[in-house]
Amino acid sequence: MIVVEKLCKSFNGVNVLTDISTQFDKGKTNLIIGQSGSGKTVLLKCILGLYGIDSGHIYFEDRSLQKMTIQERSTLRHEMGMVFQGSALFDSMTVEENIIFPMRMLTKKSTEEMLSRANEVIKRVNLINSNKKLPSEISGGMQKRVAIARAIVMNPKYLFCDEPNSGLDPRTSTLIDNLILEITQEYQITTVINTHDMNSVMEIGEKILFLENGLKGWEGSNQEVFKTENESVGNFIYSSNLFKKVRKVYQEED
Amino acid sequence: MLLLQNIGSYFIMLSKVFTRFTSWSVMKELIIKELDSLIIRSIGIVSFISFFVGGVVAIQTALNLNNPFLPKNLIGFATRQSVILEFAPTFISVIMAGKVGSYITSSLGTMRVTEQIDALQVMGINTYNYLIFPKIIALLFYPFIITISMFLGIIGGYVASIYGGFCSSADFIEGIQLDFIPYHVSYAFVKTGFFAFILATVPSFHGYFLKGGALEVGKASTTSFVWTSVLIIVTNYIITQLLLTG
Repeated sequence: MIVVEKLCKSFNGVNVLTDISTQFDKGKTNLIIGQSGSGKTVLLKCILGLYGIDSGHIYFEDRSLQKMTIQERSTLRHEMGMVFQGSALFDSMTVEENIIFPMRMLTKKSTEEMLSRANEVIKRVNLINSNKKLPSEISGGMQKRVAIARAIVMNPKYLFCDEPNSGLDPRTSTLIDNLILEITQEYQITTVINTHDMNSVMEIGEKILFLENGLKGWEGSNQEVFKTENESVGNFIYSSNLFKKVRKVYQEED
Repeated sequence: MLLLQNIGSYFIMLSKVFTRFTSWSVMKELIIKELDSLIIRSIGIVSFISFFVGGVVAIQTALNLNNPFLPKNLIGFATRQSVILEFAPTFISVIMAGKVGSYITSSLGTMRVTEQIDALQVMGINTYNYLIFPKIIALLFYPFIITISMFLGIIGGYVASIYGGFCSSADFIEGIQLDFIPYHVSYAFVKTGFFAFILATVPSFHGYFLKGGALEVGKASTTSFVWTSVLIIVTNYIITQLLLTG
């Protein structure tokens, strides 16, 4: 579980996040949604510790990120996995090397142990016959699978995904969403996903945090989002005609 | 103000490079990779340039020796002095600022833009040590390139002098031995060491702290080349003043 308390962050005097308080639950897919520039990525990077914060607290279980020593932060990072928007795979390494990389850097496992664990996660994310390929030789969807495999190879307690569906076709997006959901439930990870994708909101939004101009606009689940009277959330989620119709059908059924 | 801020960031970066070391088993592979990229792959271009520039220095010296009372061995002497004192250490370093410096800036800049550096940070890796330290160690072998440059520059001068008919082989060889001061070689290698450090760290700084996208990677490579060259020239002046005068 991750708890964010009254978090404020500004850049050069401009407030990007103001008084954000929320909780991301264990074993659930927690989504952060909002328009471009609403502060989603900044919030994610603050939680990751890549950005310092102006005030407030971030707790991982009962450990305050702000009060941690460098050594404690280093230990915490070993418990984190991250899937970046552009996958952030290392170009010069093969798929297998990319997945093994965190183990090589952070553990003293033998090559056999590392390969065995890598093959386990490769199988888990359904990557077939790609071990020796370079990231440039595989599709965007496969790159995302490699990124997920690399993120979970160390058995993280916390999984962070920054727009995991960007640049993917709808079918692959759904597959990636379902994969993240399955992994979250299977390993009981606290997963935080930053997304624009409304399909993801509907499919895997067990907990949704809506940000608007750096403020917490709304919080709830994908079931509640259909019923919310919050105008900003409605305008954001039902901006396309397709979703307007979905909402109408849903409301009529109710 | 921005310049002061950048100088501060550069020194903070250097302090972080030498802390929280990456394990030796990983580091040795990185060093070997950087040795290949920064040193081995530069030998070809450095050899080519050194040979021909050495030849040009010899020809120009020969063409300026109009007075029949001036001995022909001055061609070899001038070639040796020019190549060892300035051409090999300084001129080659400015060329390397373009070749190696741009490579370092663009590779680190691309890693920054594609969030690969963020990925390393999230894993808890000291990215400064992991990315920059192997480059510094690889460039400890930079004097090896300068040695090749000195040797081929003088060979180039010899070939141009003999085949151009400007002097005899004996004259040239006598010239390169004339008034030889070993300290000049030490001076050349001392400044080469400083240039190697500049070549490894200044382009790394420009790549590591890059902000923006693909366009900024190109701009950073150019800026990095300019600043690396400027620092090499200024350092050259200071070291020359300190070591060769007084």
